[in-house]
Amino acid sequence: MNRKIWILLVILGLLAPFVVYPVFMMKLLCFALFASAFNLLLGYTGLLSFGHAAFFGGASYITGHLVKNSGLTPELGVLGGTLFAALLGYVVGSLAIRRQGIYFAMVTLALAQIVYFIALKAPFTGGEDGLQGIPRGDLFGLIDLNHVYSVGGSPLGLNLYYFVFVMFCLGFWIIYRTIHSPFGQVLKAIRENEPRAVSLGYKVERFKLIAFVISAAMAGMAGAMKSLVFQLASLTDVSWHTSGEVVLMTLLGGVGTVLGPLVGAFTVVTLQSELSSVGSWITVIIGGIFVVCVLVFRRGFVGELARVLKRSL
Amino acid sequence: MEITFQTVMSQVMLGLNNGVFYAILSLGLAVIFGLLNIVNFAHGALYMLGAYVALLGYTSLGPMIGMPDFHLNYWAALIVAPLVVGALGIVIEKTMLSRLYKFDHLYGLLFTFGLALIIQGVFTNFFNVSGDPYEAKPEILNGAVNLGFMMFPKYRLWVIGISLLVCFGTWYVIERTKLGSFLRAGTENPELVKAFGVNVPLMITLTYGYGVALAAFAGVLAAPIYSVSPVMGSEMIIIVFAVVVIGGMGSIMGSIVTGLLLGMVEGFTKVVYAPASSTVIFLIMVIVLLVKPAGLFGRES
Repeated sequence: MNRKIWILLVILGLLAPFVVYPVFMMKLLCFALFASAFNLLLGYTGLLSFGHAAFFGGASYITGHLVKNSGLTPELGVLGGTLFAALLGYVVGSLAIRRQGIYFAMVTLALAQIVYFIALKAPFTGGEDGLQGIPRGDLFGLIDLNHVYSVGGSPLGLNLYYFVFVMFCLGFWIIYRTIHSPFGQVLKAIRENEPRAVSLGYKVERFKLIAFVISAAMAGMAGAMKSLVFQLASLTDVSWHTSGEVVLMTLLGGVGTVLGPLVGAFTVVTLQSELSSVGSWITVIIGGIFVVCVLVFRRGFVGELARVLKRSL
Repeated sequence: MEITFQTVMSQVMLGLNNGVFYAILSLGLAVIFGLLNIVNFAHGALYMLGAYVALLGYTSLGPMIGMPDFHLNYWAALIVAPLVVGALGIVIEKTMLSRLYKFDHLYGLLFTFGLALIIQGVFTNFFNVSGDPYEAKPEILNGAVNLGFMMFPKYRLWVIGISLLVCFGTWYVIERTKLGSFLRAGTENPELVKAFGVNVPLMITLTYGYGVALAAFAGVLAAPIYSVSPVMGSEMIIIVFAVVVIGGMGSIMGSIVTGLLLGMVEGFTKVVYAPASSTVIFLIMVIVLLVKPAGLFGRES
């Protein structure tokens, strides 16, 4: 895609906290990375994981535990959470790729449920309350992530924001490079026609597994940052609702498009904050969008746009 | 808990009681999957809906239609709830689900997932998440029976009996009758069956209706045992998915037997190591995936 558009997006991201409420922006970045990681699997490998909350939420617990109870600095906490998610992704992935299609989705859902039970019962997770009061700490032991600058009279936590922004860019870049590499071409070949990819001599299972691990790790990184931003790791993060939400974000934005997950995450997160007054009706609304999306809007926003512009986005 | 014959047997019997619910629900999923190639994520929500039809029929239907003394009793609910939910299923299939057959099967899963969210969300708004008791259990099913090794609640015995009857009845119809042979043929090759003049779209619609009616039936049976709550379905569906992965959806009898066995294993685990009882089915799933990836009764496509 056009280099100018990327530069524009980065500049927008850098300026965003002066215009938009930073916490909202950071939540958006976390979910955008989460959805992009998910899209690497669904959009570019053709695997529907219904258990991605396990990596997102699992990493957020591990990061929370590392910085709160072990006193690690935030960047090591995020690294720990990400590595944990990658490892978990390796275990879940090796099991799930033994089945195809619809079964793959069910296996990932069921395995994620084990993680949910562990999060509910493990000694350090705080059970129903979740892991609360996670400190943000000092980045590299030097930069205070809690520090608030006064810009034009309004307080802005810019240190934390730029940390999250840089991590988001790193994660997104990893995903982007994966998609646009020879490795990514093989993934697309598997998505389009798996038997043919096998017949061409590709070790399909290994490709699927590596894609799964990368996706899990990036979902984990998103969850790890989320725990620093909200200073909370909760059961919601590991529940099947969250797994469903990330599917919706990707679907709504456009499965198999680079920018789709960003647009989808933006739409869903905005919707959630705008509609917070309707309380639990939000589940009904999310469900309704799901149904409409699947019935008449399968390409998603970016997918439709790409069709109109006749180019891949 | 000390491990004695009594404690083991009583937990296994209670486990069997859960097992019949797994069996009915996974049977419904298998029947729907066979013909529609869709995994019905809304199955749990429709099971919950069945329980609520029974509950509301008993408590609120009378006042709503201006007859405060009218209560839909348990036996009537056992007929009405599956009919209502089955009819709803038919409407859903006709108006929406049928548009998705020509696309990837994953869209069917996603569509029914959205449906489940809507149904569960609506009920969460009107009812208590911790659940309401269903108090219309018939007199005749109160009390307990002596099974020799334990006193077992009559109601649970009834649930096991009627569920097994429904499961094996369904198996018989599908595997041993003319109607069932159409259904099986439709599963194998719908185009060819159409060519023989069988109305396949109608068969698909009715199959979906029957599958979800089974879920509602299980919901009514469950109402007097568990409290009726908006989340009862979502807790159930994930376990049933694991059951389906273990058994494989290729065989009707396979899904029944797997459901029953896993219920009993779960009960047995409660005696041996209680904390593992909520995850044991998932762990068995992991083992089955490692040893026999296609599932116990599955055919690898």
